[in-house]
Parts: sequence; C-alpha cells; structure tokens
Amino acid sequence: MSLADDRPSETVIDGAAFDAEEERHARAKRLEAVGKWALPTIVVVLTLYGWDRVVAINHIPHYILPSPGLVAETLVKDWGTLFPSMLVTLKITLMALSVAVIGGVALAILFTQSKFAEMAFFPYAVILQVTPIVSVAPLIFIYVDNRIVALLICAWVVAFFPILANTTLGLKSADHNLRDLMTIYRASRWQRLRYLQLPSALPYFLGGLRIAGGLSLIGAVVAEYVAGTGGIGSGLAFRILEAGYRLNIPRMFAALFLIAFLGVVIFMVTTALNWFLLHKWHESAVKRDV
Amino acid sequence: MAREIRPLGERPAILRMQSVDKTFNGQVHALRRMSLTVNEGDLISLLGPSGCGKSTALRLIAGLMRPTAGRIIWEGGQGTDDLGVVFQEPTLMPWATVLQNVWLPFRLRGQSLASVRGRIEEVLALVGLENFAGSYPRELSGGMKMRVSIARALVTNPRLILMDEPFAALDEITRQKLNNDLLTLKAQIGCTIIFVTHSVFESVFLSDRILVMAPRPGRVVKELTLDEPYPRGLAFRTSAKYGEIARETSEALMEAMGEEEAHA
Ligand SMILES: Nc1ncnc2c1ncn2[C@@H]1O[C@H](COP(=O)(O)OP(=O)(O)OP(=O)(O)O)[C@@H](O)[C@H]1O
Ligand SMILES: [Mg+2]
Repeated sequence: MSLADDRPSETVIDGAAFDAEEERHARAKRLEAVGKWALPTIVVVLTLYGWDRVVAINHIPHYILPSPGLVAETLVKDWGTLFPSMLVTLKITLMALSVAVIGGVALAILFTQSKFAEMAFFPYAVILQVTPIVSVAPLIFIYVDNRIVALLICAWVVAFFPILANTTLGLKSADHNLRDLMTIYRASRWQRLRYLQLPSALPYFLGGLRIAGGLSLIGAVVAEYVAGTGGIGSGLAFRILEAGYRLNIPRMFAALFLIAFLGVVIFMVTTALNWFLLHKWHESAVKRDV
Repeated sequence: MAREIRPLGERPAILRMQSVDKTFNGQVHALRRMSLTVNEGDLISLLGPSGCGKSTALRLIAGLMRPTAGRIIWEGGQGTDDLGVVFQEPTLMPWATVLQNVWLPFRLRGQSLASVRGRIEEVLALVGLENFAGSYPRELSGGMKMRVSIARALVTNPRLILMDEPFAALDEITRQKLNNDLLTLKAQIGCTIIFVTHSVFESVFLSDRILVMAPRPGRVVKELTLDEPYPRGLAFRTSAKYGEIARETSEALMEAMGEEEAHA
C-alpha cells in the first residue's frame, strides 16, 4: 500500500495552482500594471485642468500665464519655428553626449591602465566638473569662433564627468577572484579589459549615461542662454529668450514644453537601453517575482 | 584523454615547495619554512584552522604571489601554464552564460567557441549540467554554480587543479554529493588536485594525502597517507578505517592548535 492512498482525495489542478498568497500577489501585480500608466495620466490631466481653471477664474492675461489650451495652440501654430529649433537643441545635446561618452570612456580606460595618467589628469576632470558652466561659458564663446562648436564644448563639459567617474569606478570594481583567474590564465591587458573590466563596468557606465543624458541637455540649453540672441543657429533656449523679449509668453511655454519633452525622451531612451543591456544578468535590472 | 594514476609511492613529483616563507608587510608571517611535494595523481588536502596560510600557499603555487624566501620548483618545466583553479565562491562572470563561462580558458588562448564547443559540452555533461549551457549564473543554485566553476577548471584538462575551500559555503547534502562527483571526475580525468579545506571529514573522505597545517606562522606539521582505493562511497564513509583516520587527523589538528596556545 503506497502512501498516496492514505491521503484524502484532492482536486488536482492542471498547470499552475494558485494559493491565497499567490492570488493576492497576482492581483497586486495587475493593479500595479494599470496604476503605472493610469496614475501619472490622471495627475497630468488634473494639473492641466486646475491650471486652466485658475487662469479662467482669475482672468489672468495670457502675457502673464497662458492657459494650457493656448500653449497647445501656439505649439501647433509656431511649429514651423519651434520644430527646427528643437532639432538644433537635440542635435547639440546628442553630439555633446556622444563626445562625452567617447571621451569619458576613453579617459576612464586610460586612468585604469595607467596610475600616473590618473594622478596627472584627474584634478583637471574635477576642476572642470566643479566650476559652474555659466561662469566658464562666456570665455568659451570668446575663444571659440564657431558657435555650434562652442555650444558643444559647454554641453560636453557638463556631461562628461559622470561618465568618466562612473566608468572608472566600474572598471576598477571587477571581482577580485576573476582578476586572479585572468592572471592564472595569462590574459593580456587587452583581454582583461575586453572580457572582464568592460563588462563589469557596463552597469556603472549606464548609470553615468542616464545622468549625463539629462546633463547634456541642460548644458546645451544653458550654453545657449549664455550665448544670447546675437548669433545664428537657434535652438529652443534662443526661442525662449526671443519670445521673452517680445512678451510672447505662450511661445515661451511651448518652447519650455518641448525642452521638457526632450528631457523625458532622453531619460526614457537611456532607461530602455539600461534594461535592454542588463536585464539578463544584472541585479538592478533583473525582475524578481517575489 | 585520461591520464593513468599510479599507486601511491610510485608517483613522480610534479611540484616541490622548498622551505617557503611568506611575510606580509614585513611583519605578518603567513608561512614559515613550508615544504611540500606534490606527486602526479595525488589528491592532497591542506587542512588547517582559519588564518594558517592555506590560501597563501595556494596563491604561491598559482604564481599569484612570490615567496619571500624559499623556492617553488616545477618538475617537467610546464609550471603554472597548465593549471585549473576553483575558488571558495563560484567566481563566474554574471554577464556570460554557463557555456561562455566555461569557454573562458580557451577564449583567452584565442580558441573560438566553435572549435572547442564539443569539449565544453562534454565537460558540462561530466558535471551534470548539459541542459544549462544557455543559462546565466543567477538562474542556477549555489551547488550548480560551483559545478560550473569546476567544469571551467577541468575543461582545459590541466595537470594540476587548485581548489580553495570550494564547497565550504554549501549545505552538507550538496557538499557530500559534490565530494562524490569530484572523485568520479578525478578518476575520469586523472588530474592532480590540491584541495584546501577546514573540514576533517571532507579531507579524509577525499584525499590520499592529508597535510595538516599549524597557524602563526603557517607550516605543515603532519602528513597522513590514506591508501584507500577510489571510488570511495558510503561504505567508506561509515567504515572503521574512516573513523580511525578522522580521529588521527583531528588529533594532529588539535596538537597544531595547542602548539599555538603554547607559543602565545
Ligand atoms: N594580502 C595580505 N596582506 C596582509 N596579510 C595577509 C594577506 N593575505 C593573507 N594575510 C595574512 O596571512 C595569514 C594567512 O592567511 P590565509 O588567507 O592564507 O589563511 P587561510 O588559511 O586561507 O584562512 P581561511 O581558512 O580563513 O581562508 C593571515 O594571518 C592573514 O591575515
Ligand atoms: Mg583561505
């Protein structure tokens, strides 16, 4: 007589059997999935509605605070001027970010390959980082003739440090035993970098990239403010300044909205990249069911 | 591929550690006058209390450090080129699959995955992980990760494998299973193993030579030889001989610790 015969008869459920806790868990998860989108949407809608009501009830003139409707209208009406400006700002931001990534990673690799290089150059990196860009930008605009290049330099200065600092830390934080293993197997410098240090640094680098993405946008906008309205090649910051002089407040808001929109898109893209590269193995991106 | 393992006493030496000293920062005497000979086919346990210099000895043999004094001589001239290592932690690359992790030693020699895939799969089968080649380390249990680590050490078919308390972090059941598997693997491959442990029972079950070490300064104080044929199994674990050697080893260990107290 086998043990199974003694057990009270049970209903056997095919496939996944849920107990009470799992049930609760699944419900919480479903709720979270809905809430993730629904909640922010509701908050935004309520804010816009509140804004609109405040403007309408208090009869605030549009040159002080335009209603959201008017801002949207201006966005559509002035699309012809605003959209090219957005592309200019985006271009400078992305170029600065690319140069920051290339420069930051290259310098980080140099720092980890040579202690002397690190000792010699790290102070400059820190000085660049701690000096407020608004105070350096005017000088850059004096010494660099090409306006786009000057903007690019400003944005780069702001964006490159988090990449450099994070990547350096990441390259150095490879597991001790794995490093010993590399030594035992006679790995060359290049193999060590390629197979151990760079993969170890990836999560750190991506963290830096997320910060640098936002910073390069800030750098691009700030630099353009400093450059003023004198030049050509006009990005969104230029449009805001220009609209401010003309008391075209709705257009200021429209341009501001586009800058914020750019920032959000950059954040979303870097976050997605982070997930795409790490979700298979890194704790920060691994989804746990419990 | 397997090398033949000769009986104890007929094995040629492959490595001699001669009166090796290792001092850290000029004051910590991790090893003093440590001597040992490793013969082809030995399974040697280095047994001793925490801090007695077991890891230091292994690191010296692996060429990760140089002795402060004394010599390490490799017979046959191959030296540290032909070595496998298993650490206390599995030490896998988390971004790489099991297959890629085991490929690493070959990859560092410039061998493509295609050219060694057969060998990797063979070794994964030996450690019972043939169905997990595509898994990432975080998807495996602690024991399975350790198996991958062992597979990586075995895959190049090295002459000598160094193991530093590889199973210390595992539960007793998994540890016994892996002990059994290790003996099977060793018989199949015919390699030489230096196995660091602080478990008397593990060392007795596994080894044909047990070197008991004393701490501060670290050195070998007693050698026990165990001419019990492999494969060893449950019968050996429960035999009188096993109990006797375990008692003898424990006594040697106690004596080594007592000496320390006398020194202090
Ligand atoms: N890099 C180092 N610098 C300074 N002292 C060290 C270093 N490595 C080891 N030691 C010292 O050498 C001694 C032996 O250390 P070792 O790690 O070899 O011991 P162990 O026998 O492996 O101990 P455990 O069983 O805890 O792993 C210890 O006293 C330790 O403090
Ligand atoms: Mg140790």
